[in-house]
Amino acid sequence: MQGRECTALTQPADEMSKSERPNLLFRNLNAKVASIPMILTAMVVFVGGTVWTVLYSFTNSKLLPRLNFVGLDQYYRLWATPRWLISIENLLIYGAISLVFSLVIGFLLAALLDQKIRFEDTLRTIFLYPFALSFIVTGLVWQWLLNPDFGIQHVVRDLGWTSFSFDPLYNSSIVIYGISIAALWQGTGLIMCLMLAGLRGIDEDIWKAARVDGIPMWKTYLFIVIPMMRPVFITTLVIIAAGIVKVYDLVVAQTSGGPGIASEVPAKYVYDYMFFAQNLGQGFAASTMMLLSVVIVIVPWAYLEFGRRK
Amino acid sequence: MRYRFLTAALAATAALQFAGQAAATDLEVTHWWTSGGEAAAVAELAKAFDATGNHWVDGAIAGSGGTARPIMISRITGGDPMGATQFNHGRQAEELVQAGLMRDLTDVATKGKWTDVVRPKSLLDGCTIDGKIYCVPVNIHSWQWLWLSNEAFAKAGVPLPKDWNEFVAAAPALEKAGIIPLAVGGQAWQSSGAFDVLLAAVGGTDTFLKVYKDKDAKFAAGPEVAKVFKAADDARKMAKNTNVQDWNQATNLVITGKAGGQIMGDWAQGEFQVAGKTAGKDYTCLPGLGLNEVIATGGDAFYFPLLKDADKSKAQEVLAETLLDPKTQVAFNLKKGSLPVRGDVDLNAANDCMKKGLAILAKGAVIPWTDQLLSQDTQKQKEDLFAEFFAKPELTVEDAQKRFADLIASAD
Repeated sequence: MQGRECTALTQPADEMSKSERPNLLFRNLNAKVASIPMILTAMVVFVGGTVWTVLYSFTNSKLLPRLNFVGLDQYYRLWATPRWLISIENLLIYGAISLVFSLVIGFLLAALLDQKIRFEDTLRTIFLYPFALSFIVTGLVWQWLLNPDFGIQHVVRDLGWTSFSFDPLYNSSIVIYGISIAALWQGTGLIMCLMLAGLRGIDEDIWKAARVDGIPMWKTYLFIVIPMMRPVFITTLVIIAAGIVKVYDLVVAQTSGGPGIASEVPAKYVYDYMFFAQNLGQGFAASTMMLLSVVIVIVPWAYLEFGRRK
Repeated sequence: MRYRFLTAALAATAALQFAGQAAATDLEVTHWWTSGGEAAAVAELAKAFDATGNHWVDGAIAGSGGTARPIMISRITGGDPMGATQFNHGRQAEELVQAGLMRDLTDVATKGKWTDVVRPKSLLDGCTIDGKIYCVPVNIHSWQWLWLSNEAFAKAGVPLPKDWNEFVAAAPALEKAGIIPLAVGGQAWQSSGAFDVLLAAVGGTDTFLKVYKDKDAKFAAGPEVAKVFKAADDARKMAKNTNVQDWNQATNLVITGKAGGQIMGDWAQGEFQVAGKTAGKDYTCLPGLGLNEVIATGGDAFYFPLLKDADKSKAQEVLAETLLDPKTQVAFNLKKGSLPVRGDVDLNAANDCMKKGLAILAKGAVIPWTDQLLSQDTQKQKEDLFAEFFAKPELTVEDAQKRFADLIASAD
């Protein structure tokens, strides 16, 4: 359907090209015109915004941006702030948990659904359903589930285990795990779907060949199917990684950073210091550090991925 | 009084005729007054403004000042200003004024003789930047109150404490009766505010000013402030079972007798009123925690962004006058639980606690509040520190004080 629309759009250009041969700049003019908004967005909003932010992170801007340079002061202050260090630590724990568990659980669910079972559609819908909820709703739901007075702890105690205790959101040392549970519940369904699509893309003949050779199923998955699914894994990785770095709303809805500052995350630090504390410079410095961490991860990967192909 | 009111109404009509339009001018007013008592109070302001022939468009933003202020500021800096907006007077809107985004109200102020009627003088000082007046203070809110539930103490079988020290001593008895001694909500500003109150009450006025006004870091690391941290340590131990977030939920624990007391500003009184409780009978208030009877002259004020629309600018003037009108002042402050900014109004209807506050005000025992003394940046760092301190027992008093002193050293 989409393809047909595209050809319909390009037809006038084709007619034009019959009369005279257009130069390279005007070839596929429609496509180029259509991508101008995105090019502008990328240049002005992404690149421009990034440069602007990094530049102003070296200033002492308070409520309004001012070009009054103070060198690396904002960064010194940032790395001496306990709240920022806690945020980083939380992000690392949260990141490791979501990366490992959403990949493992997502792949396992997909592999199980791929066994030509009955009611696959129904199960798929159920697993994917949490993804239809925003992080705010997810956060609120899990806030109630994990609340010791109403949620899981309360139910289990009512069943008779009166000493049962499960209140991650009210315990500073494990609060980040409580948040991770909610994130996994929300995000794993999508990973499962991506994995399932990847599994369906594997040629049936490969399975037949593996069966003829007498390779056990788990070995086929581990050594044949997963390596073949590399592009799917990379897509999934990018989606999960982006979700990790930008985590904000889930924390706000579940704990708003509490108890105390035990579940703070970098994105929340940026927001709080830019808007609550009216200290743009400090917020920009923190967001630059977030960008830097992404760059450190992305650049070596991109180098390996794209550099090798040349 | 009535005369002023009429003048205001006439001015409004004149403005309307001038514009040649029959419709009243809509003025959007943003604020963060959303709890029961606060909403009742703001309705009084809206009523008074509507009576001038204009229309108050209510722009309440839920979720306390911390949530509301960024929204207000981005609307003003983003070129979509409202007609008027609440801030705490002091330094919250300082940069907006310096950037020329706010309206200079000096003319309206001279006409209304604000310098004569507004007391204490420090209120108007909070609105003045470079000799020009930029906001209308509407009330005096003071943080220095300890609210006690008479019911809770009766249940625990201990007499009502007369000051903070007695309260701390009564804590074990309260705990034994299954009552949380001190309710402190989870929001960061509550624990940070409670500390500031302790600083002024346990440490005394001089200590408070030396730390926050002179920003003396060496003093903040010294033995005087160590005493205050000791008191804060007591407070966090007494508060450790409070599992609520919002301040009014914490106040509700005191209202229902589930908690013994709460350190909270006089806005808590509005909640007691909405719940139908009587001061002195159902609850007791101790200004300055019973140790140092001072009140801070913080509070709320309305700022007026610079608008291009002539009608709306006229309506802003009318609103500014209405807010300081004696009748509005009384109606609003009685509902809000705060003190009026004019000394010449009749407050016979005031209850026990408000009368205590008025008496302290008359004595002149006032201190400036942190909103006036510290930048938002420093306030936020302070909030982070005390949110952590109250939630994390492993953070020792000594470490916390050291961090506090560092914070004061870099404060602005």
